[in-house]
Amino acid sequence: MLIIGERINGMFTDIGEALKNKDPKPIQHWAVKQEEGGAHYLDVNSGPAIPKEERPEAYEWMVKVIQEVSNLPLCLDSTNYEAIEAGLKLLKRPGMINSVPAERPKIERVFPMAVQYNAALIGLTMDKVGIPLNAENRVAFAMELVAAADEFGLHMEDLYIDPLILPCNVAQDHAPEVLEAIRMVKTLANPAPKTVLGLSNVSQKAPDRHLINRTYMAMAMAAGLDAAIVDANDDDLVATAATAEILLNQSIYCDSYIKVFKSR
Amino acid sequence: MAVTLVKERWQSRVGEVVLGATPAEGGTRSHTITVGGDGTLPFLHFEGAVANRPVVALEVNDVEPDWSPRLKEYYAGVINDPAAWAKKCVEEYGADLIYLKLTGANPEGANRTPAECAQTVKDVLAAVSVPLIVAGCEDAEKDNEVMAAVAEAAAGENLLIGLAEQENYKSITAAAMVHKHSVIARSPLDINICKQLNILINEMGLPLNKIVIDPMIGGLGFGLEYAYSIMERARLGSLVNDKMLAMPMICTPGYEANRAKEANAGIEDFPGWGDLHDRGTMWEALTATSLVQTGASILLMRNPEALKLVKQNIDELMVSNA
Repeated sequence: MLIIGERINGMFTDIGEALKNKDPKPIQHWAVKQEEGGAHYLDVNSGPAIPKEERPEAYEWMVKVIQEVSNLPLCLDSTNYEAIEAGLKLLKRPGMINSVPAERPKIERVFPMAVQYNAALIGLTMDKVGIPLNAENRVAFAMELVAAADEFGLHMEDLYIDPLILPCNVAQDHAPEVLEAIRMVKTLANPAPKTVLGLSNVSQKAPDRHLINRTYMAMAMAAGLDAAIVDANDDDLVATAATAEILLNQSIYCDSYIKVFKSR
Repeated sequence: MAVTLVKERWQSRVGEVVLGATPAEGGTRSHTITVGGDGTLPFLHFEGAVANRPVVALEVNDVEPDWSPRLKEYYAGVINDPAAWAKKCVEEYGADLIYLKLTGANPEGANRTPAECAQTVKDVLAAVSVPLIVAGCEDAEKDNEVMAAVAEAAAGENLLIGLAEQENYKSITAAAMVHKHSVIARSPLDINICKQLNILINEMGLPLNKIVIDPMIGGLGFGLEYAYSIMERARLGSLVNDKMLAMPMICTPGYEANRAKEANAGIEDFPGWGDLHDRGTMWEALTATSLVQTGASILLMRNPEALKLVKQNIDELMVSNA
């Protein structure tokens, strides 16, 4: 299970301010802190803080300042592919692109870029119309992405399908559909594509966010979830991921398994 | 029709451990030996890197061991002289390195002092130029004293010293850290304890590339397949980035194979089993080669004829099938 730390995102006030003021400290602080918490990747998202035309430069800057303090691979998160490409060029370790929807022009732009930079790629099971309600339609989009991986020569293990979870307090019926979609996605190819969720979305605006997040994560892992974009400093959540990995027999038990999970 | 080989893409590889130290590195060895480093299951050259060939050590004891006459014959004339014994192993029998077992330290046996044991190690170091593996007498309390003295006497030589076990790892780990050696971490055919022990040793401050796993084995016919599957699991773990299992492995086919009845009973007792000499040799050779197939990097052997067969087998396995 890959923990992708979500905290370096311009939606958070401190990161947004840091981006505007070119102050590396808050970004570097969260890079180090998330690694200590157990993150295996760091998501990097400028959010709306930076005007579109300045984003490539902002991503270059973020990649540079993060790599000064952390060796973790980065997950470059933007809808602006120029910004992502600018960041990819500077990565010291192969990274991840977050994300591409199942829309042909975007597929044609992003898949070759992932192959060129040896990056993993998150593919969203949605198109222009939006997120489907049921598992079957999510999987139909996933199949388009799997076919694209084949077409453009992206290793299937480098494709992370995100079946898109919605907040359970307003869209409760999506949660079981997403679990079913994860199960089905794992049967689409051999080797199977990986799966990922922007997990924190499941608990948006609910009071018991941490409990909802870690409960759903354990359920999704049992269905075949390989990675999640989460709060890497939620100790109970990281410990739950480590424990679920043991109970699914995905890693070998030892008494210090949580520590091993965090530090690998 | 051409067959397309299915290849796994592994995320990680086995760690490398260097044995011995040359004068430039603070030791006196003529060369070092690097083990581990593979990026695939054993000998799948077509799939990933087979970085370093497995190596074979011959065992030398500081007192005459209670081995069968069949084995002792190979060491006639040197069996009471560890330095000469080691020299014969390297020069005549082609051992890659020497496994010196300080059996004489045992309080219930010769009860040699730590200083005497340290001197034996020095004598063997002077007699041969290959890297050395040194283990105690398997009396935990005495070994802690003995190995501390050995580590100090051979400071800088980067010996591979043993044994660190779950109930007794601190003293030997500390000795290795202070005097720049590597340790053998032994667990009783138990992958979970194996992993935990590596963590405990590493937490004391010894780097992961100074640890070699002894998973313990059974000889051919006596649980070899159980050891095989545990070693396979450890190797698979290291390839999917389980760093706490990603150390090279050391195995004791010399000890285990020669405990078997099949390696000791004469033809007069079991006429159907064939000649004891060849049978004993084959028992050790087959135990060892099976272990190589599942990822052993260092083999501790006793029979020089078996060693020859094993080295020949390793030569063949090291030919690329890519």
